[in-house]
Amino acid sequence: MTDRLRRTRLYVPGNNPSMVQNASVFGADSIILDLEDSIPVSEKDAARILVRNALQFLDFSNTEVTVRVNDSSTPFLGDDLFEIIPAKPDAIIIPKVESLKELKKLDIQVTIIEKENDMEVGSIKFMPIIETAIGVVNIEEIASGPRVTVISPGGEDLTADLGIERTKEGAELSYIQSRMVVAAAAAKIQIIDTVFVDVNDIDGLIQSTKKAISMGFHGKSCIHPIQIKPIHEAFLPSPEKIAQAKKIVEAYEKATRDGTGAITVDGRMIDVPVVIRSQRLLERARAGGVDV
Amino acid sequence: MDIIQTVKAGTLESGDILITISPHDSELIIELETPVESLYGEKIKQEILDFLSSLEITKGVIKAIDKGALEYTVLARMETAINRACLEEFE
Amino acid sequence: MKNAIDREIPDEVKGRKLRPFQGNDGYLPEDRFIPATRMRAHSSSFVRQKKKVLSSLKEALVKVGLKDGMTLSFHHHFRGGDNLMNHAFEIIQKMGVKDLTVNASSVQPVHSPLIPLMESKVITNIEGGANGAPGEAISRGKLDGLLTVRSHGGRARAIDSGDSHIDIAIIGAPTADFMGNLNGTNGRYACGPLGYAWPDARMADNVIAVTNELVSFPNYPVSIPMTLVDWVVHTDVPIGDPKGIVSGTTRITKDPMRLKIASTVIDVLDSAGIIKEGLTFQSGAGGISLASSYFLMEEMLKKKIKGSWAMGGSTAALVDMLDRGLFDYLLDVQAFDVTAVNSLRNNPRHIEIGASCYASPFNAACAVNLLDTIVLGATEVDLNFNANTVTESDGRILHGIGGHQDTSSGAELSILAFPLIRGRVSVVVDNVTTVVTPGESIDVVVTERGVAVNPSSKHFDEITNNKRLNIKSMEELKNEALKLTGPRKPIRFKDNIVGVIENRDGTVLDVIYELAD
Repeated sequence: MTDRLRRTRLYVPGNNPSMVQNASVFGADSIILDLEDSIPVSEKDAARILVRNALQFLDFSNTEVTVRVNDSSTPFLGDDLFEIIPAKPDAIIIPKVESLKELKKLDIQVTIIEKENDMEVGSIKFMPIIETAIGVVNIEEIASGPRVTVISPGGEDLTADLGIERTKEGAELSYIQSRMVVAAAAAKIQIIDTVFVDVNDIDGLIQSTKKAISMGFHGKSCIHPIQIKPIHEAFLPSPEKIAQAKKIVEAYEKATRDGTGAITVDGRMIDVPVVIRSQRLLERARAGGVDV
Repeated sequence: MDIIQTVKAGTLESGDILITISPHDSELIIELETPVESLYGEKIKQEILDFLSSLEITKGVIKAIDKGALEYTVLARMETAINRACLEEFE
Repeated sequence: MKNAIDREIPDEVKGRKLRPFQGNDGYLPEDRFIPATRMRAHSSSFVRQKKKVLSSLKEALVKVGLKDGMTLSFHHHFRGGDNLMNHAFEIIQKMGVKDLTVNASSVQPVHSPLIPLMESKVITNIEGGANGAPGEAISRGKLDGLLTVRSHGGRARAIDSGDSHIDIAIIGAPTADFMGNLNGTNGRYACGPLGYAWPDARMADNVIAVTNELVSFPNYPVSIPMTLVDWVVHTDVPIGDPKGIVSGTTRITKDPMRLKIASTVIDVLDSAGIIKEGLTFQSGAGGISLASSYFLMEEMLKKKIKGSWAMGGSTAALVDMLDRGLFDYLLDVQAFDVTAVNSLRNNPRHIEIGASCYASPFNAACAVNLLDTIVLGATEVDLNFNANTVTESDGRILHGIGGHQDTSSGAELSILAFPLIRGRVSVVVDNVTTVVTPGESIDVVVTERGVAVNPSSKHFDEITNNKRLNIKSMEELKNEALKLTGPRKPIRFKDNIVGVIENRDGTVLDVIYELAD
C-alpha cells in the first residue's frame, strides 16, 4: 500500500451521492471523500453517514479510497472516526496536523476502534496535511509518526497562516515543499502536492505539476476530475527516459539471474538506487498506458 | 425509538433523496415520489420500511422525494433523518 | 414469426402485413421502379393571377378535398416551437373529418393537443415517431390504429417507394413566394434546412405550403421549389415560436462525467484509426455527442488533420469546425441553433440536403453510408448490442429514432456513449424493451465505467488492444450497474400492439405493446 502509485488524488464532497458514487470513474489513483471543508457544519452528520454507507456499499475497484475527517480542534472528529474507521477506508486524511503528539493520540483512538471491530490493528493509515507553520517546523516527527504513509502541504491554509499571498507560480511555497520532500524521503513515505485551484487553467496546472515532480513529489491533489488527465500526462516519462529505464532494469534482472555483480549500461555503472528509480519510472509509464 | 419532531435529510439533487419525517400518534405512513416509480417504487419503499423496522419504529410520517438515489443513499438519508428526528437537542 | 434478432413479430397487426427483419442488407426490393408522383398541373393564368396563394389553411384543405381516411404529412423543423400541426388539427377537427393518418418526421411534446383527437378517432394512425406526452399516450392505448416508428432514412424510403402514401403534405415554410418557392433560412421563424419535407413535397398528392412571410419572387435560395407546391397559404396565425425553433447556442456540457465519456470516445476513435486525413463524421446536439465534437476538434488541430465533410443536425460546434477549415463542407438536414441557421444562410460550404440524400437506404447513394464515425445515445442497450431509443426502461414510448438506425448502419465505426446509470436505472440490460437499432450496427459502447466492443466489429482488436481504455464486456457492465441499482421490477404489458418499429429498409425489428400499469 505504502508504495502504490498516487499521481492523483481527487477530492469529492462527502455529502453529494452522485459525486461519491462516481468518484472512482475518472481514473484518479486515489480519492478523498471529504467530511471537512466541503461540508457545512449543519450537514456533518449527513455526510458522515453517507460516506460510511458508500464505503460499505460501493466497489471502488483499484482506486485507493481515503476519507478526510475533521481536525482535532472540532467536535466532529470523534464521531468521524467512530463511523468511518469500521467501514475500512484505506486511510484517513487528517487536516491541520501540527505535532507527533496529536498523531499518537489519534493512533490510540483508531487502535481501540480497530480492536472493537475485529480489524487488523494498524490497517487504517494516516495521511496528515500540514497547514500551519508549526506543522512545518515539526514535519520530521510528523512524517515518522504512527501509520503515516503520505504527507501533504495544504497550500491555502499555509499561505494564510504565513500571512502571504498564494500565487499561480507558487514560489512562496517552495521552501515548505522542499523541506517536506526531504522529511518524507527521510521517513521513507510519499508526499503529495497541494491542489491547483484554478480549474480552468490547464496550462498552469501542468506547469505546477511539472514543478512538483521535479521537486520530488509523488503526486498532486485535484479538486476537479478535469485535472486528472493533464496531471497523469505530466507524470508520463519521455520515450527516451522509458527506453533508458527499460535497458537498466533488463540489465539488472539479467545480472541478478546470472549472479554477476557490477552492471554497466551504455558504459555507465548502474547501482541499486538507479535500478529502483528506473523501476518506478516504468511503473509510472505503465500506469499512463505505455506498453513497457 | 420515537419520532419526536419534524426534520429533513438529503437534497433534491440528482442521485439524492429528500426525506422529511414527522411524528404521528398511531400510524406509520410512507409517501414516495420517484421518477422510477414503476421499476423501483416498491423497492425504495421496502428499503425505507426495513430500515424503520430494524429500529422498531412503528409510528411516523415519512415523505420521500427521490431523485434517483441508490440504496446506500436511501438508507443514509433515512438514518440521518431518524437521528435528527429522535434527538431532543437537535435544532 | 421470430425475426433475425429473435423478436416475435406477428404476420399481421390491425390489417397490416409485417415483413420481419432479415439483418442489415437482408432485404432489397425487387421492383426498381419508383412509383410516379401525381401530376400537379395548374394553368398559366392560374399562377399568374396569384391564385396559388390562399389566406387560410382551411380553404386549402377544402380545395384539395380533405376527407376521412387520408394521410397528412408534416415536418418537425420547428421542433418544440411548432405551431402548425396543432393549428391544422384545430381546423380539421371542426371540419368533422376522421380516421386520419399523421405522417410526421416527428411528433413532439408540443403536439400534446393531438392526444384528445386520438381518443375521438380523428387521428387513428401515426407514422414517423412520437416524443413525450403524445408517445406516452400511445403506450397507454389512446391510438386506435398503429404508431409506425421510422428512422429519418426509413421515413424517406417509405415515402419515396410508395410504401407510405401521402394525400396531403402540409409544409411550414419560414418564407415563401407566390409561386411556391420555399426556404427555411430567412424570416422570423427561420429554422435552417427543410430537408425532412423534401420527400413529402415530391411524393404527396397535394402539397400545401404555409407561411407567415410572403416574399417577392424568386425566394432565393430555394429549398423546396415551386414546381412541387400546389398551394401557398399566407396566414397571420403564427406557424412557430422562435424560442422553441432554435435554442440560442448549444453549449458544451460542464458535467465531468459526460466530459469523461466524450474524452474516452476520442480515445476509441484514435485507437480505431478513425482520426485521419479526410475524416467524415456526424455529431448530434446531445451533451456527450457535442462534447465529443469539441474534443475531436482539439485532436484534429493537435494532429494537424483536416477532414473532408461533416454532417448535421448542425450546431455551433460543427459550424466552428467548418469555419476553422477542419472540414471542407457541412452537409445539413436540420439546424439546432441560431449559429447553424446563420451559417447555412451565409456559407456556401454549408449545404442543405434532403432526408433521402441523407439517409434513405433504397436510392443510388445516401450520405450516411460514407460516414467514418457517429456518436449516439440510447435509452437501453442489451448484451447483443441491440439499442433502444424509442421506449424508456419503464416501457413508455417517449422518443423517436432520428437517424440512429441510418447512421449506425452506415458509419465505419458506430459508438453508443452514455452514463451507465440514469437515475437508478441501468442503461445496459439483458434484453432491451424495444429493439430500435440491431446490434450488428453498433461497434462500441462507451460508458464512464468501461468500454465494451462488439466482438463482430472489425475494429475489435485495435480497440481492445489499447491499454489506456478500460475494456469490459457488456455482461460486466451490466453486472456492475446491477450491483449499484439492485434488481428492478419487470414491466407488464397488455396483448394489444400499439406500435411497430421498422428497420430503415421497412422490415420489422420489433413491436410495442400497450402498458398494463
